[in-house]
Amino acid sequence: MLNVFAIYTFNTRGQCDLSFHTVSGRATSFPFSVKPRIPIMADAGSVEALLQLVEKADGGVDSLDVASRIGVDHQVIVGAVKSLQSLGDVISAEQRSSKHWELTEEGTELAEQGSHEARVFSSIPPEGLPQSELMKLSFGKIGFSKAMSNKWIRVDKSHEGGPRIFTSVESIQDQVREKLLLVQRGAALEEKDKNELKKRKLLAEVTVKSYWITRGSSFSTTLTKQETELTAEMIATGSWKDRKFKPYNFEAMGVAPDCGHLHPLMKVRTQFRQIFLEMGFSEMPTNNFIESSFWNFDSLFQPQQHPARDQHDTFFLSDPALAHDFPQDYLERVKRVHSEGGYGSQGYKYDWKMEEAQKNILRTHTTAVSARMLYKLAQQEKFTPVKYFSIDRVFRNETLDATHLAEFHQIEGVVADYGLTLGDLMGVLHQFFTKLGITKLRFKPAYNPYTEPSMEVFSYHEGLKKWVEVGNSGVFRPEMLLPMGLPEDVSVIAWGLSLERPTMIKYGINNIRELVGHKVNLQMVYDSPICRLDS
Amino acid sequence: MPTVGVKRDLLFNALGRTYTDEEFDELCFEFGLELDEITSEKEIISREQGDSKASGASDVILYKIDVPANRYDLLCLEGLVRGLQVFKNKLEAPRYTRVSPTTGEVQRLIITKETAAVRPHAVAAVLRNITFTKERYDSFIELQEKLHQNICRKRSLVAIGTHDLDTISGPFTYTARPPGDISFKPLNQTKEYTATQLMSLYKTDSHLRHYLHIIEDKPVYPIIYDSNGVVLSMPPIINGDHSKISLTTKNVFIECTATDLTKAKTVLDVMVTMFSQYCSRPFTVEEAEVVYPDGKTCIYPELAYRKEKLSGEFINRKVGISEPTEKIAQLLTRMCLLSQPTGAGDEIEVEIPPTRPDVIHACDIMEDAAVAYGFNNIIRTTPRTYTVANQFPINKLTELLRQDLAAAGFTEALNFALCSQEDIADKLCKKISDTRAVHISNPKTAEFQVARTTLLPGLLKTVAANRKMPLPLKLFEISDVVLKDESKDVGARNSRRFCAVYYNKSPGFEVIHGLLDRTMQLLEVKPAREQGYHIQAADDSTFFPGRCAEIFVHGKSVGRLGVLHPDVIGRFELSMPCSALEMDIEPFLGHTAETLLTHDVPMRETIKHIPPRQGHSQQPLPGPPASTKTVFGDLKTPEGLKALNDFLVDKSYVEGFVASQADVAVFDAVPSTPPQTLQHLRRWYNHIKSFQTDRARLPTTKTQFVLLNACPSSDHASDEDIDLFGSEDEAESAEMARIKEQRLAEYAAKKSKKPALIAKSSILLDVKPWDDETDMSKLEQCVRSVRMDGLLWGQSKLLPVGYGIKKLQIACVVEDDKVGTDVLEEAITAFEEHVQSVDVAAFNKI
Repeated sequence: MLNVFAIYTFNTRGQCDLSFHTVSGRATSFPFSVKPRIPIMADAGSVEALLQLVEKADGGVDSLDVASRIGVDHQVIVGAVKSLQSLGDVISAEQRSSKHWELTEEGTELAEQGSHEARVFSSIPPEGLPQSELMKLSFGKIGFSKAMSNKWIRVDKSHEGGPRIFTSVESIQDQVREKLLLVQRGAALEEKDKNELKKRKLLAEVTVKSYWITRGSSFSTTLTKQETELTAEMIATGSWKDRKFKPYNFEAMGVAPDCGHLHPLMKVRTQFRQIFLEMGFSEMPTNNFIESSFWNFDSLFQPQQHPARDQHDTFFLSDPALAHDFPQDYLERVKRVHSEGGYGSQGYKYDWKMEEAQKNILRTHTTAVSARMLYKLAQQEKFTPVKYFSIDRVFRNETLDATHLAEFHQIEGVVADYGLTLGDLMGVLHQFFTKLGITKLRFKPAYNPYTEPSMEVFSYHEGLKKWVEVGNSGVFRPEMLLPMGLPEDVSVIAWGLSLERPTMIKYGINNIRELVGHKVNLQMVYDSPICRLDS
Repeated sequence: MPTVGVKRDLLFNALGRTYTDEEFDELCFEFGLELDEITSEKEIISREQGDSKASGASDVILYKIDVPANRYDLLCLEGLVRGLQVFKNKLEAPRYTRVSPTTGEVQRLIITKETAAVRPHAVAAVLRNITFTKERYDSFIELQEKLHQNICRKRSLVAIGTHDLDTISGPFTYTARPPGDISFKPLNQTKEYTATQLMSLYKTDSHLRHYLHIIEDKPVYPIIYDSNGVVLSMPPIINGDHSKISLTTKNVFIECTATDLTKAKTVLDVMVTMFSQYCSRPFTVEEAEVVYPDGKTCIYPELAYRKEKLSGEFINRKVGISEPTEKIAQLLTRMCLLSQPTGAGDEIEVEIPPTRPDVIHACDIMEDAAVAYGFNNIIRTTPRTYTVANQFPINKLTELLRQDLAAAGFTEALNFALCSQEDIADKLCKKISDTRAVHISNPKTAEFQVARTTLLPGLLKTVAANRKMPLPLKLFEISDVVLKDESKDVGARNSRRFCAVYYNKSPGFEVIHGLLDRTMQLLEVKPAREQGYHIQAADDSTFFPGRCAEIFVHGKSVGRLGVLHPDVIGRFELSMPCSALEMDIEPFLGHTAETLLTHDVPMRETIKHIPPRQGHSQQPLPGPPASTKTVFGDLKTPEGLKALNDFLVDKSYVEGFVASQADVAVFDAVPSTPPQTLQHLRRWYNHIKSFQTDRARLPTTKTQFVLLNACPSSDHASDEDIDLFGSEDEAESAEMARIKEQRLAEYAAKKSKKPALIAKSSILLDVKPWDDETDMSKLEQCVRSVRMDGLLWGQSKLLPVGYGIKKLQIACVVEDDKVGTDVLEEAITAFEEHVQSVDVAAFNKI
């Protein structure tokens, strides 16, 4: 729990380094047991001395002044100021900055020993000095040229034994040194001189930051040490009553709890299940991804040449390629209604092939399970009304893009009862979508091979200011229901939608691959809020 | 859904008024169309090929309209306008008539027998004195293309050829010849090609190459000649250049060749009904005669009008409205279904025109009435269907577990059920042949080769895709895998799995192991060798040697956990150690009193919908059983068999651990060999059957399983053979209805004479003793000593309750009218010295 400590106590008022919690929002990001950095506390002596000076000075004191008066480095006083600031309003400190000229290292040397040229002048004896000798001196080179230009010395190049240097004036005045000494004493120089000395790197302008320190509202020369956290001991002894506590920084973020997370799509699925259960719908056993074409298409009166049964749209299996068991009597009736009609239908009038019905596929919709359920319902001694739902995976051999995957979740609702009307379907849809927070609905006539009437459900999208399709619905065809053996006056209404689309809208995800599959962005999973569909 | 592009101004011109985009969108919506896009040729080209190509293209505004896939009559401007005008009551639906040629000379198309091998059907018609304009001509060509793409299934079922009749002379011959023998100048080419050359020529044609496969490998190609040997077309690939139509064409010969005759007739009807509008006598079509190889002749187009009668009440009842009959007839007429009340009650006669082949049932007519009424004018009602909701147990368990696994610090992943072979085999150091995976025959990419047999690869791929996230990564998934399973009708089944991985700088086996312990705690399984769970070292190539254990629950293996093999880690492009757990969760399903739904359907029907065929009783049974009623229910019914099957899931014999007379008695009660779906029952049945010769010597039993007081129902089966759905055509139905009523009356009469079926229930009672010193055998004796009329005791067993106390669980069957549970409980609790309490553990109607 060191981290909490660090966040709330040491990073006071944003003056210290906040990198701790701004860089990483969560506790799990400290895998290598980083210890929080504790700032250097100013030593007590200087704090005390500072406070005494502040008490005496009415208008306040400058920290630089304080440093020189106490005789410590200015940084020590700065540390004392900061630690006092963290205690609340003991002092108030205003940062100031002042600029002044200071001698450089070379400048200081020159101020002490004279300028290079002056030293050259004074090092030449009356009999002169060979140039080579002079150049050996540390200041020789620079001093020589300067002294030459000042015409303090002359060179006799024709002298035997090489060039020799002689003084050419009696005495000199070392102005450079004088100016440097002036600066050292704090006096002002002319702008021209300043620039020249700056060019010779003997002077530099420095900015000094200091604090103007005045008494704060709770000024006191005696300090009580502030506690960082309440401890068990304080509670036991009651000492907390007498202690002062460091203020918390409420600007900082807390530490993320160490926990697991549910996937957003599954959170939405849970809500949809909940809605169906609230409406009295029983869950269908959709745990069979592999389905025969018979249950997926034929039993739904979807003709064998229907484009959805194409290789381009449906995944077929090579192993196990064929389904081997069917309710034979029912299969015969399905065959007949496709090829010849019956039950008041003209049928599709084509050559229905068993081989086509046997082909195993990955189911393209959960309606295949609804068909099985309705067939079983028809096998009951006596028909009982049912309401079924399912939310499970379906598969399409699609080309993938940002909004299409080869597998997605289908939500499906089915109601079977005597005498259900199209108005009932709309009423049930209205109730269902109201639970999703969608109240403005309208219906468009549509086509679907196994429902008649078929309706596309549109809802008004307040953001887009237009009607958007939210689902598909319809009344199952008699050609599908009657061969199963359901009573003639039983109607079955159904609707479906995808789970992914509402989830993408809910969580503002544009690319479906960031939501479903291994390319999921786990940070998105961690950060996703709870799912309340109706708000 | 097909999309039709029409020029907006042309459309408005034909509709006789202009609309704003919103108004037209609204009209489409109401009619079941969708104004998909408002665009122009220029916009389309600039979007697809860039702005530079688009300059100079037409910027006339186009409406792209989505048309329902079964409405072939709306696939062109002519049809759309006609449909909308009739819908808006601005036009009466035209009447399409077939006429004989004025010259008296009918165009003939003679089909030879060679076509049978490749494309056996053909139909034809003539549009006489037609006037094309540029727009009409374009629309004519476009409609053919739309039909080819949709109902013709990319020309495989039907192919359309249109010809300038004045350039050719009949009779025409539709035959099939070897490709080498066919030679002609195809449409828009300058020289003749043989069919073989054409096929290679069109290999590179962006449009035609899609159709080549239809005939490519056939020994003969279909071909149509005129009487002078001029080639009209080589369906379904290309027409001849000679007879091509142009803007000045006056008389059009249309032929459709097909593999599906019904569709060919429909296509021809749509073509001629749409474009006969432009003939000098609008909406008349000149007939053509098709001669079949057997000499039979047919006249086309059929242009058949079909009449249906239905009641106004039917429509009101199905839609949920209450409109007068007249009004309903008007609604239908607005949908091009000319209708009028017949006067007999609320009967309406509806005429279905040749343009509406989608109307095949009364429900289609009902839908049209609802569309004309306006879907959004129908009052939304709430059905009164009363139901009780049940969750699917495995999903319920999954939901509950997921919540707690997230609470245990693991994050849920959601991976695809399809993956590559490599993912489930090579990458896990396994052989694909060992996986029991189902294989997909037509995957577009390697990502969809198989259905996953394990959840592990998905989780490892999720880790790999999120390597940048802070460690450790703790992921789980509860989802289905798919395994081959011969016992299922489709040969495969789903299996619900739970998988978790821990990915960090150290393997963290203890973390995954801890998760297993927590999971078992959640599932109420204690750590114990026998009646609990334990793990035990196992060899598995996916895991690091010596770092894998198998999970056993109640002695059965349910999964594995361990530290992954470095090869596996590397193959998933990971770099850190990783431990994983994967197990089945279906074994942890509890028992429920609710009716369970499964997707297994009975393969033998219990309710006969079809009159039994003669010779029905081919397999004589080895003597009728004394009774089929048992404590498991009536074994003549699938419910009874199912109950017995469920009972036998974990038992070898009906009673005890050896075959006994109980088995023989129940065996005799099973009327025939049980179906494959009831595998446990089937296994037991075959086993007991093998005792046939010495069955008498089997030990006697303590309990009676077969109920002797069951009513004999010898003629019961025939009663159920009532034909509820026999009627297939209108004329017969009245007669059938009468017969049905008569039979129902007979049935009711017979039923009233028969003793009423006795309602029974099977009850499971929990009898709890006072303490661990209660003599349980004495207690059982006491319970069994309770005798009542209509009460039969069944199996019992002792179940541990805790602290050494055991409870007695005992089954019984009661007749509902005679024995109530309260009476029963009272009688048992009367044994005060032994019995502390009695609870009903399960109660099922038989």
